[in-house]
Amino acid sequence: MTGGVEIVAGQAKKPATTGAYAQTRAVNPYRLRRWLGRLGLYLSVIFLVSPAILFFFWMFSLALKTELANTAYPPVFIPNPPTLANFVKVFADNDFLSYTINSVIVSFSATGLALLLGVPAGYGIAKSRATRAAVLILVARVTPGLSYLIPLFLVFQWLGLLGGYTPQIITHLVLTVPIVVWVMIGTFEALPVELEEAALVDGCNIWQAFRYVSVPLAKPGIVVGMILSFIFSWNNFIFGVVLAGRTTRTLPVAVYNMLTFEQISWGPLAAAALVVTAPVLLLTLLMQKEIVAGLTAGGVKGG
Amino acid sequence: MEATLPPAAPALGDARRGRNYARKYWMFTVPAAVVVAAVILFPWLFTLVMSVFDWKVSGNIYFVGMKNYVHLYEDSRFRWAVARTLYFTGLAVVFPMILGMWAAVCFATKFKLRGLARTLFILPMMATPVAIALVWTMMFHPQLGVLNYLLSVVGLPPASWVYQANTVIPTLVMVETWQWTPLIMLIVLGGIAGLPVDPYEAAIIDGASGWQMFRFITVPMVWPFIIVAAVMRLIDALKTFDTIFVITNGGPGTSSETINMLLYQTAFGYYDLGYASAQVLVFFIIIMAISIGLLRVRRMERWQ
Repeated sequence: MTGGVEIVAGQAKKPATTGAYAQTRAVNPYRLRRWLGRLGLYLSVIFLVSPAILFFFWMFSLALKTELANTAYPPVFIPNPPTLANFVKVFADNDFLSYTINSVIVSFSATGLALLLGVPAGYGIAKSRATRAAVLILVARVTPGLSYLIPLFLVFQWLGLLGGYTPQIITHLVLTVPIVVWVMIGTFEALPVELEEAALVDGCNIWQAFRYVSVPLAKPGIVVGMILSFIFSWNNFIFGVVLAGRTTRTLPVAVYNMLTFEQISWGPLAAAALVVTAPVLLLTLLMQKEIVAGLTAGGVKGG
Repeated sequence: MEATLPPAAPALGDARRGRNYARKYWMFTVPAAVVVAAVILFPWLFTLVMSVFDWKVSGNIYFVGMKNYVHLYEDSRFRWAVARTLYFTGLAVVFPMILGMWAAVCFATKFKLRGLARTLFILPMMATPVAIALVWTMMFHPQLGVLNYLLSVVGLPPASWVYQANTVIPTLVMVETWQWTPLIMLIVLGGIAGLPVDPYEAAIIDGASGWQMFRFITVPMVWPFIIVAAVMRLIDALKTFDTIFVITNGGPGTSSETINMLLYQTAFGYYDLGYASAQVLVFFIIIMAISIGLLRVRRMERWQ
């Protein structure tokens, strides 16, 4: 920000100082300072962003190389030629297709249910100004995921549901409902009341005003809540590792099991990691603005 | 906003509907409230109950009063886990905070490819933790890992990364910093975006340096955002699970066994649910105490 402000203010400063100070030097100190500022900015950005770039570059590199190139020393950086054999191996040998389906079932159900419950709840809280209800959501965020897992694990065991999809979907609601409610409170509070008022005056009941006026207006917020809730659910590992059965494992659990059961076979492992995280990375690249808006609204993350 | 509704509607002739608007909105929250009660409130209460029982998964359940808590107090493994958690958390708050504030100042400035740079910067935070933990594990490999190769390129001796007791926590902090600096950046950036330009213009005219403007204008003005970011980071750092679980599983030995890792072991390794519940409660109290402490710092800061 300092750089941006400097440009604005520089125009004001220049005439004020040129006479006394700047003329005594060959190089205009203001321009030098500004140039150094820009250089510092670019170096900072490169320093800050390069760990992320290098990491994901290395992830792709591992996934696209043969086993021989992956265990070479010094390491091979650019796959030459790149191979898709690792991805084929992941889907052929490790049954990743069914794990992907599991992940889709769990994340989509948990997100869909969270929207069904959370959108009206956010509306109700925003309209009745029950801000205390929001505190509960904050406390839910503070609580470690494991602490939900211990009692819920027992309940699912008693009900004989362990190993199926149901326990996973229900526990994922711990992550998805709070984030949707949180985003929706903010969204509905920010909506203009006039349209809804008009609907009520014209004889809608509050349900109709919600369904036909507020919800369509809140669509951008619903999209934000949906994306975040999907990402939190998709990325979740700890619930799956305890509650999932052999056939209902989600992708993060499946890829973790690859690590423990398969001795170092880096290509397929990296390819599997990439498959797991690819949908989330794609969503981030495509919907960056919505995701940032949602995350900064409350600084909320799942877990 | 809706406070304007009740007077407006009666004026149009339907007094009854007008009066009831504010009351009926709670109905929208009922389905969510039921679910929240079942999956969030119930586990909290049930944990409280379980913590005074000797509760094994096998089915033997005995009431033991405060025995679990006494055991916890005497358990040196738990005390070490607390110490490690605090050590890890301290580092995993400080580094992301410094880098995140730095990044926020950078990303608040307009420059070429800013959008792309910001998207790349936030990828670590969005990516699936298990997947990235896996790739880090491969990078830490003592012989074939790319990190030791990069060290050798710049003439440094190979590091032991997660394979030695004294380097494992700093290494995990590095992963955590890499992953969560973006969230700090986003929160602080949100604060900076709302700042007025005038103080900066005045400061430049008065000849302030970039650092002075950061220290005496930006930091005080976005202080509430910085505190929120710090509290969020603190809570997340205390709760870190996925990356530690995948990369070290608490090892080598127990040298990276944080409270959360020990909790997992107690509950789903030894299936000692009563004792694990007591650990959950103490863990929760620690989290709340530190968070509230940090929020108080914010208030004290305001008095000065």
